[in-house]
Amino acid sequence: MALDNSQLLRFTTAGSVDDGKSTLIGRLLYDSKSIFEDQLEAVEHTSKQKGHEGVDLALFTDGLRDEREQGITIDVAYRYFTTPKRKFIIADTPGHIQYTRNMVTGASTANAAIILVDARHGVIEQTKRHAFIASLLHIPHVIVCVNKMDLVDFSEQVFQEIVEQFEGFASKMLIPDIRFIPISALKGDNVVNRSKNMEWYQGAPLLHTLETMHISSDINKVDARFPVQTVLRPQSEEFIDYRGYAGRVASGVFRIGDTVSVLPSGFTSRIKGIDGPDGPLQEAFAPQSVSLTLEDDIDISRGDMIVRANNQPEATQDLEVMLCWLNDKPARPRAKYTLMHTTNQQKAMIREVVYKIDIHTLSRNKEDAEIGMNDICKVKLRTTRPIMVDDYRENRTTGSLILVDDTTNETVAAAMVV
Amino acid sequence: MFKTYSMQTQLLTPPDARQSSERQSLNYLDELESEAIYVLREVWAQFQNPVILFSGGKDSIVVTHLARKAFYPARIPFALMHVDTGHNFPETIQFRDNLIDSLGARLIVGSVQESIDQGRVAEEKGKNATRNALQITTLLDAIEENGVDCAIGGGRRDEEKARAKERFFSHRDDFGQWDPKNQRPELWNLFNGKHFEGEHFRVFPISNWTEMDVWNYILREGIDIPSLYFAHEREVVWRNQSWIPNSEFLVPDPKETIVTKKVRFRTLGDITITGGIESEADTLEKIVQEVAAMRQTERGNRADDKRSETAMEDRKKQGYF
Repeated sequence: MALDNSQLLRFTTAGSVDDGKSTLIGRLLYDSKSIFEDQLEAVEHTSKQKGHEGVDLALFTDGLRDEREQGITIDVAYRYFTTPKRKFIIADTPGHIQYTRNMVTGASTANAAIILVDARHGVIEQTKRHAFIASLLHIPHVIVCVNKMDLVDFSEQVFQEIVEQFEGFASKMLIPDIRFIPISALKGDNVVNRSKNMEWYQGAPLLHTLETMHISSDINKVDARFPVQTVLRPQSEEFIDYRGYAGRVASGVFRIGDTVSVLPSGFTSRIKGIDGPDGPLQEAFAPQSVSLTLEDDIDISRGDMIVRANNQPEATQDLEVMLCWLNDKPARPRAKYTLMHTTNQQKAMIREVVYKIDIHTLSRNKEDAEIGMNDICKVKLRTTRPIMVDDYRENRTTGSLILVDDTTNETVAAAMVV
Repeated sequence: MFKTYSMQTQLLTPPDARQSSERQSLNYLDELESEAIYVLREVWAQFQNPVILFSGGKDSIVVTHLARKAFYPARIPFALMHVDTGHNFPETIQFRDNLIDSLGARLIVGSVQESIDQGRVAEEKGKNATRNALQITTLLDAIEENGVDCAIGGGRRDEEKARAKERFFSHRDDFGQWDPKNQRPELWNLFNGKHFEGEHFRVFPISNWTEMDVWNYILREGIDIPSLYFAHEREVVWRNQSWIPNSEFLVPDPKETIVTKKVRFRTLGDITITGGIESEADTLEKIVQEVAAMRQTERGNRADDKRSETAMEDRKKQGYF
């Protein structure tokens, strides 16, 4: 059972087909005793039916009927487990090339990414893609698990070569924290329990790493940003003058008495009160849901942003973003989309494709201006009104946005402000 | 330039900054609560006529509790919608009515009996007949009749494998159906609730909670829950690997005997299909301890999920909760 001061850690897993990703997750759940008897019985039953030896751990993460029939994962699935130190949310994302969109989705909220490498094959093209997406989505921690060490005689040399290969290309990417762990998900080496087969490895097993890695600094604590979701106006005698601006602190800290600006109007006031879920607070920090009251009566509505007066985001109609296209239908040049950014909505247009990333070579292609499913491009957007943004690398909440196609209402693109 | 200034003030006051940075991290329950409140406020901002689907079970009670917190000091802005199968535990209905009174909220009841009487659905036959699947029609009718564009549910991703891929904001077409292969990607905390006339959304604010989280939260907040969750003496029969309560709807086999046992229920559904477990847990603290030591999933005692490998997935596609 988690303790009162346990934190929540979200991580995503990426691997190619047959890298043993499902087995690894099954192993984490199984060895941390997060599998229930009835689930275990069901999986034992299916393993026997399929003629597998012992329990096929990968079956624990099997999801929808189509996936089971095809033996693949087609969509992000979320798994949960808890240890006495932390609660974990796994975004289990498929690793096929055509499913870039799922990896981007899983990565968007993750504190950490686990990238699986098959010890027999070393770093392959897909590994580079996974690292690239982790870097693009600015996941603070990356753990490279070199899996199937049992199939290379638990060789230190094989492991070291893969570490060097990975560091070789990852040095060009912006990944703040990379760790390497040699594991065997199938046999259980260095997943939950320390491996007896790899005495040469001095580091911690995977679970211990996940339990102890420092994540409090993953959130921006400097730039105070508060996107207003809705205005609370109780229709009761007791709270007749109450006007609370409800929202979730995106970053930074707000304290009673702070001088704040309301954007885009630019009006300035001071914080009079902060109401949290359990009553009044002296300060609020990310990611707390609170409501703020101000000293002055200002017209504020959904989509506005309350910020500290001396530290403001950029208000702009022209944005450069890294964009990932998520829809079957290609982007229409100069078409208008609805842009959703924090609690704000504006119409926006893709004005220009600066370059497209070749997902195979990770090089920039300036000639190709077509944007289709799973494409990652740098583009210029123009909005009808200014929106208040920060650089995504500084602020994952105020630096991210999605595009919605008004003809279908579908979410067609995700983008990060650069 | 402004950023530099704020950095400097921090440097000038290191003890204060250090002190507060220690406090500035939420524990997992606070973070889950904050996430759920954010989602509930998004629902209120993005939809015209949202309701909470209220079953009387602990998950929908927790969602209602969170909604109360999300809009305080304003009143809870959602009506509660209950799909009444007619096969209720009397305790559930009593609990529902008391809660509605204390919230001052509006209650919408969709009646499965009425759907049967109108010939919209036909009652299942046989010993294991339930009204579980019939609820889908009643629910979708109630959503349409009341012009509901968003139904907030207590579904959790850890409950069942078909739920593991569910979004927070889950789109339903104009037949109320879920298309698991064509879900909108959901990134960061940007929720797209845009829809056309006649379509609606199901929203699950406690998607990321586990059964254990729900119980720990109920304990921490002191949330009132139906007495059925606590161990009590009850007449039951042993059927489908659990203790099914005796009721006016139960037709025992000649081989089945009605006995009195001390039981409690881990989930609450229809009285005809919800199996109890033998338990001595008669306080919230004991329940939390018992759940922590539990080796079976909570839906293991639900006959509705035992029908086939994909029972939940199939019902969800049609428009189930």
